[in-house]
Amino acid sequence: MLDLLQHSFVQNAFLAGTIVAVVSGVVGYFVVLRGQAFACEALSHVGFAGATFAALLGIPALAGMLAFTLLAAAGMGALGKRLRGRDVEIGMVLSFVLGLGVLFLSLYTGNANRAVSVLFGSILSVTRSAALITLGSGLATIAIMVFLARPLLFASIDPAVAEPRGVPVRALSIVFLLVLAVSVSEAVQVVGVLLIFTLLIVPAASAELLTRSPLATILLAVAISLTSTWAGLVLAFVGRAPVSFYIVAISSLFYFAARGIRHFRAPRRYQEQPHPSREVLPPS
Amino acid sequence: MFAIFQYPFIQNAFLAGSIVAVAAALLGYFLVIRGLTFAGHALSNIGFSGAAGAVLLGVQPVYGLLVFTVAASLAIAVLGREIRERDVAIGVIMTFALGLGILFLSLYNGYAQQAYSILFGTILGISRQDVLVTALFSLLIIVAILILWRPLLFSSFDPEMAEARGVPLRAIAGLFLVLVALTVSLAMQVVGVLLVFALLVGPPATAARLVRRPAWTVVLAIILGLGYTWLGILLAANGTWPVSFFIAAISFVVYLPVRLFSSRLHDRRPIIEVRRA
Repeated sequence: MLDLLQHSFVQNAFLAGTIVAVVSGVVGYFVVLRGQAFACEALSHVGFAGATFAALLGIPALAGMLAFTLLAAAGMGALGKRLRGRDVEIGMVLSFVLGLGVLFLSLYTGNANRAVSVLFGSILSVTRSAALITLGSGLATIAIMVFLARPLLFASIDPAVAEPRGVPVRALSIVFLLVLAVSVSEAVQVVGVLLIFTLLIVPAASAELLTRSPLATILLAVAISLTSTWAGLVLAFVGRAPVSFYIVAISSLFYFAARGIRHFRAPRRYQEQPHPSREVLPPS
Repeated sequence: MFAIFQYPFIQNAFLAGSIVAVAAALLGYFLVIRGLTFAGHALSNIGFSGAAGAVLLGVQPVYGLLVFTVAASLAIAVLGREIRERDVAIGVIMTFALGLGILFLSLYNGYAQQAYSILFGTILGISRQDVLVTALFSLLIIVAILILWRPLLFSSFDPEMAEARGVPLRAIAGLFLVLVALTVSLAMQVVGVLLVFALLVGPPATAARLVRRPAWTVVLAIILGLGYTWLGILLAANGTWPVSFFIAAISFVVYLPVRLFSSRLHDRRPIIEVRRA
């Protein structure tokens, strides 16, 4: 088993998988907290259009994804606080970028497997340079998140109070979406466009069912996504199914187990305490 | 230009496309006003996994589509009861189903052409029999929605009042999601998984910004849906670009000015700013 680690493609897979799992756990917590799951899904499909466009131009997929998702994130940021509950607008953008992706794909006459690897991930074919770019941008993302964590938490939980206290709610929203764009582009390499939630949403959603303090939730989310990624990689070397399937199966198990645990553990206490992500409703 | 109508595959594409556009516009209206756009997207992705499973077992993809989407719609209805949890629950179920999809594809030896054609749409490759099956299913869905019309509308716009008046909210919500699952399975064979969304959400989202009354919104959505589909097929038949791209692009190009213009005219239209419940 350990002999496998001598192969450079295995090293690249573990390096990229680890950094993506950590970044996804941290960023995913805020995605769940801010109720931006659908926006995250839309960004991953923007990444699909970006990757297919890159294939058409013959440049690396990661470059195309980063360019497209960062642009889309800036556009979403312009919607600002109004982003929440705008699922129709997000849906319209999503269907348009999918159309673009299908168009680029039909114009691309090269290897059709490239589309499949964008849709379902290709962690075992991550190159050394892509792994190093992932490492660099991942570390930068984590540094930004450490720096932003406190004001972003405040702005996410209670924007109505945070804004008068001088927290730049709107700027934070835009910066967070840009960070999300980078995280999505990185995670697509590992699990693909269609399975992006398995690292970005599922670990954070599971952790949030079990713990309450933000720091504990983030750490638990990172632990769950790391466990899923590593176990998925190891199982893929032993078994026959693709890595992405194992990662999804393990992280989904965590979520369903967390739902079960919360269901049986004093449900009343949870109903009494409002969750921080509850929408701030105006007094009726 | 119009000589293409002599080809049976173009006729079939027009017939099936029109039927799906009508059913999708009707269902899509409720999807939009209930804030369930994401569920529509998720169900179409889930359908892909069902199609992949059917290909693996060697049965018709449509059976896999139906089994997976109906099961997932029931799971969404059960797991996503609270609004806050709903998007996450939808996302988890979708991801889990797609994980199974890639497992099926990897177990299937060879290139699963049928599964990929479900993913990207095959409107120009459907048979007369497909058209008949599509028409039959659509008719059932449309009749079901018309029967449910009043309670569905009531529970979408004012859930609290509807509950107080004895409308079974949970049952209506579950039934509606199952109908969405059936429509998505149906539409998928025409526009493909990736763009079912274009027909389901585009026309109603645009119509709801232009007209206030529910019945007229649905009528306008049906007209828009038919227009997009016909124009999309015509453009694609005369060129080399895919139908699904044209339908999605037209839908977006029409929606964009309507969205920008109508929000400037009357900022908070109650018809779409309904509380999500």
